[in-house]
Amino acid sequence: MGVIVGIDLGTTNSLIAFMDKDGPHVIPGPDGQTKVPSIVGLTDNGMIVGEPAKAHLIRDPSRTIYSVKRFMGKGLADVEDDLKYFPYQLHEKNGVIRIEMGGKTFSPPQVSAMILKELKRRAEEYLKEDISKAVVTVPAYFNDSQRQATKDAGMIAGLEILRIINEPTAASLAYGLQKKTQGLIAIYDLGGGTFDISILKLKDGIFEVLATNGDTHLGGDDFDQLLVDVMVDDIFQTQGVRVGENPDLMQTVRLEAERVKIRLSDETQAQAVIKLPNSTYEKLWTRESMETLTMGLVERTLAPCQLALKDAGLTASQIDEVVLVGGNTRMPLVWRKVEELFGQKPHSELNPDEVVALGAAVQADILGGHTKDLLLLDVTPLSLGIETMGGVMSALIRRNTTIPTSAKEMFTTYVDGQTSVDIHILQGERELVKDNRSLARFQLKLPPLPAGVPRVEVNFLIDANGILQVTARDIRTGEAQSVQVKPSHGLTDDEVEGMVRDSFQFATEDIKARQIIEARNEANAIIVATEKALGRATNLISAKETDSIRQILQQLDAVKNGDDHRAIRAKIAEVEKTTHHLAEVLMDATLKEALESRKLSDVIK
Amino acid sequence: MAQFTMPELSDLEIMEHQHPAATKARELPMARSMCWHCQSEVTGEYLCGQCVKVQPLSKDLDYFACFQLPRLLNIDEQQLEQTFYELSRTFHPDFYSTKDESEKAISLGNSAFLNAGYRTLKDPIQRAEYLIRLEAGAVKDIRSNPPADLFEEILELQEDLETFRQLAPKGGSSELEALRKKLQDERERLEKRQTEMEESLQGQFKQWDQLQTRTSLPDEVREEKKSILRGMQEILSNRTYVRNMVNDLLETTG
Repeated sequence: MGVIVGIDLGTTNSLIAFMDKDGPHVIPGPDGQTKVPSIVGLTDNGMIVGEPAKAHLIRDPSRTIYSVKRFMGKGLADVEDDLKYFPYQLHEKNGVIRIEMGGKTFSPPQVSAMILKELKRRAEEYLKEDISKAVVTVPAYFNDSQRQATKDAGMIAGLEILRIINEPTAASLAYGLQKKTQGLIAIYDLGGGTFDISILKLKDGIFEVLATNGDTHLGGDDFDQLLVDVMVDDIFQTQGVRVGENPDLMQTVRLEAERVKIRLSDETQAQAVIKLPNSTYEKLWTRESMETLTMGLVERTLAPCQLALKDAGLTASQIDEVVLVGGNTRMPLVWRKVEELFGQKPHSELNPDEVVALGAAVQADILGGHTKDLLLLDVTPLSLGIETMGGVMSALIRRNTTIPTSAKEMFTTYVDGQTSVDIHILQGERELVKDNRSLARFQLKLPPLPAGVPRVEVNFLIDANGILQVTARDIRTGEAQSVQVKPSHGLTDDEVEGMVRDSFQFATEDIKARQIIEARNEANAIIVATEKALGRATNLISAKETDSIRQILQQLDAVKNGDDHRAIRAKIAEVEKTTHHLAEVLMDATLKEALESRKLSDVIK
Repeated sequence: MAQFTMPELSDLEIMEHQHPAATKARELPMARSMCWHCQSEVTGEYLCGQCVKVQPLSKDLDYFACFQLPRLLNIDEQQLEQTFYELSRTFHPDFYSTKDESEKAISLGNSAFLNAGYRTLKDPIQRAEYLIRLEAGAVKDIRSNPPADLFEEILELQEDLETFRQLAPKGGSSELEALRKKLQDERERLEKRQTEMEESLQGQFKQWDQLQTRTSLPDEVREEKKSILRGMQEILSNRTYVRNMVNDLLETTG
């Protein structure tokens, strides 16, 4: 069986990793970078993903999607407050958000699938084999709809997702494996878009999650946003420019805010510089001013920590080690607050950006049957229940129950001859139905009998992915009954199938887009290298030769911005031919230099 | 006052084979002894000796038997955890992801049962409730009647709580604060009472456990079992009532 990869599908960045006999490794791209920005752009030639799409974000914000993870498994009403922050158009169909981009409509799983495909391609190139199976991580506090949406994304990308695991738990696997830790650990995971806290007990290779809590709407993006708000306001006050009316400029401000935030983790001050249409805006940020601004966000993470400890039946002082995960935990403020809460210095020996992907690779290796001594026992983050009379939720499975787990409920009729019962499945901790998350509805069929006689037992099972499966059985006949569950915020099977077909269609377009980007990058590299060579060779080649090289370089420069990758490649070949002599001359010169610096005896020997 | 009636243990049938489904116990090992896959006789506990396929847990297995524990109320928690980890290594779906669908389904079902069992036995209160259910048949009715000796007190408490809820939206009057203080004191008293109940429950647990090791006439044992179960059940339901009241107070008065 082929390699099963581990994927950290993050809000801002995604990574892919695998495990071999030496342990888990993150797979780098051709540029050596392990992080792929979770950004997808639509160009006239198809889709682009990752770094190229990040550049696209400033050029063409209305056709670039970022932070799509925030929309997974959600309806429009769930993200109302965020709408003003996103440059793209959103609407809703069948309870699922749809994103408009360049006249096409995409569901969040489709966009995530593009990121997954890019990661898959990266791994296939690196490992030189086909990849078809993966373990994908999600925030521990993701609900059923969000997990299901992630699974759908895998299917659309042509990846079988063998297991969905929770990000902090994945981190604990990588951490525990590396450090051989035993005892009680807390994983504090502040990522790009979400916050999770998980309390685990590590003993003899068993990773038992005792409790988890979090906020799926709190992450690095929110920190950036606070800086953006201040600067946007400032720019209007001082320069009279309304950033909000200019999507390109908004993205520039956003990227600058992120850069400043990152810088302030290592330095005590950082200068923000933003080019405006007719001026330049500058602002000096101090670490202190940023900390004052973002204190509220960091404090919002503390209540979930306390709840998790309470559910685990522990106090902060009983925790043996606290581990920080997620890029945003690099902020000194986060360190201080976590240290205050747990009364000890937190650990971050493993790269907080990579540790989740590494853990996913370990889990993939367990599923592949190679790693046999480790076992993860995770929990469901939210209580699961059904709607009962009066709009009240009756819990069937409590939060922080070890999964897989199941609950049975018996249903009968109240009226003679009644043939169905409507069942509404919910997730959440609140008393009233309206305050909880609606997961799905289904109609249970009952035989037409006197009231109270039919007895149908419904089994609600949460599998090891944290995803609900519903089955029903007629107790009187012992026969299984099919249940057609309609998700409240999910794609139907037919829709997913259609998207799988579409993705094949997009694939050819996407290959084209990638080929253009690769050719363009190569052209840029060659232009830079040749200019450098010309600078060194001023006295070594004739003016005529220099002229003809410059001429061909100009042609390449013109052609490289077009969208015909073959033309770019042809021009590159021409440049190489024209500069052949130049290369030889330079080589000779270099050799001569090298020889001259040595004594004759060295060369002869 | 009719509300004070205690649940009669007469409707909680005590049987020699206490598990409600255990009447069929004699036929079931037969059904289970055949491997679902290769039809050979299963000699190992959970895996077929021939084809090493995982076997579904018997529908009549109770949590105590699953964890190889005697039906006692004070148990060795270390051993419970150790058995849980061992059985998890046998059943967890992670170890079946490359197997066929039937094995995956069995692993999922067994794991769900195991997890439920561990959760139930780990918590002393849930453990006791489960044991009562096993020993005395279903104890479904959660009592909504207040404990007899607390009745007057709780009636007054509920009146105060209602007054507090009406006053609260109007904000910090001295009357409201006095009431808050009173309710908080009351809560502390109830919490203390809850602790006392748990202590006396612990006493009952001891009695129950001693009974299991005694060799006396079946009739005597049966009578004593019945009396201990009745006692435990009463404390448990009173405790539930007091705990709900405490939670209510916590939510309302902070």
